[in-house]
Amino acid sequence: MEDEEYQGGEVKKFLYVNRRQPHGTVYALESLETVLIGAAFDQDVSMLFIDDGVYQLKKEQAPEGIEFKNFSKTYRALEMYDVEKLFVERESLEERGLAVDDLLVDVEVIPGSDVKALVDQHDVILSF
Amino acid sequence: MKLAVLVNEGPYQHQASDSAYQFVNAALRAGHEVMRVFFYHDGVNNGTRLTTPPQDDRHIQKRWTALASEHNVDLVLCVAACQRRGLVDEDEAKRNGKDANNIAEGFRISGLGQLIEAGVEADRLVTFGD
Repeated sequence: MEDEEYQGGEVKKFLYVNRRQPHGTVYALESLETVLIGAAFDQDVSMLFIDDGVYQLKKEQAPEGIEFKNFSKTYRALEMYDVEKLFVERESLEERGLAVDDLLVDVEVIPGSDVKALVDQHDVILSF
Repeated sequence: MKLAVLVNEGPYQHQASDSAYQFVNAALRAGHEVMRVFFYHDGVNNGTRLTTPPQDDRHIQKRWTALASEHNVDLVLCVAACQRRGLVDEDEAKRNGKDANNIAEGFRISGLGQLIEAGVEADRLVTFGD
């Protein structure tokens, strides 16, 4: 059921906006599941991490202590799914005392003033 | 315009499902096509037929079911989200060895691909939720 292929041929630009911390709610995990399933559809996919969403990419997550699945490694696998355009809002990083070295994957850091343009460039926005 | 709708929150707890329902009705009245409503996260809880709200309150699930039958709107519950939350149709009950099912008429369980497909095929995908 989860390996369905899309035969439509049309390609749209999808932007997944990740706004929440990795745990606390299930949105981050279920957003990631959407990205992985969506990869089978050969769409043009970008992801934006903003607000507490930047914590999703933080290195050295250890949620096992609260009996939550550690899915942070999956972000490293996104490359294999041709999901390579990962944007992070600079202010969100700075406000939380984070730098790109704290992140699991290579990202493009953009200023908050560029977020609107990024959203405008995409056809479908899925914000979790 | 060809529209698709995403509902990310459960019924009663959150207004998202109500707003989505009102939006779909308004869109249909205005002559738009609503190709699909996709329920994700706790939104899948809109699809259980076992809810029994107080009689003086709106019945969110029955409203959706009526909408599906009157306007042929495709109501899809995400299978992965359903499995986590105990939303089960006959096939899923058989597959996972459950002793019951609870999906309301007019809803169907399917994969996240249905959401991506809606995003590709609709002119607008409109999200309701936090």
